[in-house]
Amino acid sequence: MIKKYLKNISELYIEGFRNMRLGKSLWLLIAIKLVIMFGILKVFIFDENLNTKFNTNEEKADFVILNLTKE
Amino acid sequence: MSELASVDWSRAQFALTAIYHFLFVPLTLGLSFIIAIMESIYVKTGNEQWKHITKFWLKLFAINFAIGVATGIIMEFEFGTNWANYSWFVGDIFGAPLAIEGLLAFFLESTFFAVMFFGWDKVSKKFHLISTWLVAIGSNLSALWILIANGWMQYPIGMKFNPDTARMEMQNFFEVALSPVGIIKFLHTVTSGYVISALFVIGISAWFILKGRHIIMAKKSMIVAASFGLVTSLFLLFSGDESGFQVTRTQPMKLAAMEGLYEGDSRQGLVMFGVLKPDKKHGDGQGSFMFDIEIPYLLSLIGKRDINAFIPGIDDLVFGNEKRNIESVSSKMAKGKIAVDALRTYQEAKKTGDKEAMAKAQNLLETNMNFLGYGYLEKPTDAVPPVALTFYSFRIMVMLGTYFIALFFVVMYLCMANNIESFKKLLWICVWTIPLGYIAAEAGWIVAEVGRQPWAIQDLMTVGVGATNLGSVNVKISFTLFAILFTALLIAEIKIMLKQIKIGFESHA
Repeated sequence: MIKKYLKNISELYIEGFRNMRLGKSLWLLIAIKLVIMFGILKVFIFDENLNTKFNTNEEKADFVILNLTKE
Repeated sequence: MSELASVDWSRAQFALTAIYHFLFVPLTLGLSFIIAIMESIYVKTGNEQWKHITKFWLKLFAINFAIGVATGIIMEFEFGTNWANYSWFVGDIFGAPLAIEGLLAFFLESTFFAVMFFGWDKVSKKFHLISTWLVAIGSNLSALWILIANGWMQYPIGMKFNPDTARMEMQNFFEVALSPVGIIKFLHTVTSGYVISALFVIGISAWFILKGRHIIMAKKSMIVAASFGLVTSLFLLFSGDESGFQVTRTQPMKLAAMEGLYEGDSRQGLVMFGVLKPDKKHGDGQGSFMFDIEIPYLLSLIGKRDINAFIPGIDDLVFGNEKRNIESVSSKMAKGKIAVDALRTYQEAKKTGDKEAMAKAQNLLETNMNFLGYGYLEKPTDAVPPVALTFYSFRIMVMLGTYFIALFFVVMYLCMANNIESFKKLLWICVWTIPLGYIAAEAGWIVAEVGRQPWAIQDLMTVGVGATNLGSVNVKISFTLFAILFTALLIAEIKIMLKQIKIGFESHA
């Protein structure tokens, strides 16, 4: 029963993707966007944040407190 | 100087991302419900024409969804890099709503989207219909959590500041989740999305009628969209009124900027239209407008639910008004500076292990915490948002919103009279109204976000303090890259969408 159910679900996805026309160009567009975001922007533009600069929560908190209290 | 430029570039970058993101989201929110209504009619009547109609709009929905699906991720990157202080400060409050949003979006969308697109003739009609409704409800629930987080920034409640971690910690989840500001923000924002979607469907249907193609299906689409648009635009009016009430209560400076109101008064009227004096100075006692048309008493009625109520103006809020028991910004700045100093003293005492000094500083901090953000202002007028931008954006939003109600009413009436195709000019108006829906929504976003400047979190954190100290060159480069990337994506979307629209209804059967 469960096997048949899972087979139906997988067929829904497989056939759905196989028969796509417009969807293929949309998926391509999404893929390009994700590559730009995670392959370029994330690596080169958004390469530094609190998590990459500091290892512990204490260090992060200290950095923020320094910014909150600086004259 | 360069630091200021960096903040401004970060602001511009975030505004650009948010504006582009919000070009895609509203259509997703509303079109999903319009499609669900169309499919419900198909299931109820068994008329295959409604299936073609549903499939056509579903494809346009999919294109819009595919383009818009990832722009939000860039905003998350920006929180981490450009707004590190801010995102750390609010991390505990935003964590829960955004995690719920992520889970909901992931499960509902990945599961039922597939059924909605691939499931025709694979699952029962009823199951397909339920999936379509669940996608619509799921996308709107995602928006709920995002807007609750935004509502908290406008009206922070249900939390306590922890001076050890520099984080706002959630004390009461329900107070945050059920914040009246967050709820009304959600209702007003999603409803604006419904109106945009209704205008989108009406505009494209009008184009088909003008071209003499698929007239019956276009008219059927139009009547669903016009009914949906009329109901939701009336609700938009109601939620706008409630927003006005909440803004008066929680962000009186924003309300004063929305109205260009410098000197408050009782029985205050609402400016329907006006031109602000460009050389208006704080406290000069001169009127704000070169000319204006006002509806008497209306602002007092909206803001305080009392036509005799006093509505404070910008100068009342900046300089204070003892008679009305309004505290000046200078006084709040003094309390804010005490809070900032207390936080500094707490940290110094913590380093030396002086527990008594820590307790004293913490007590001082807690007493003045509600004014923390004022401690970062340099002068009292820094608490005033850009008045002209807020004032004109608000008027654009309201005037367009009123026009939409009239348009939906006329279109619905003519559709029911079954002679809309005779009104060619009206049909062209419908086509050209599509972008106006987006303009109204973006204007609303400007009112909400520019109107609350200088605050990243109302009264607690200024935008300048929330920003990371990045080099302005870095932000300029990313701003330019985004502008190019987003514009290219927008052009791609419009091209793909226009291509599908030209194909028409029949090929989607």
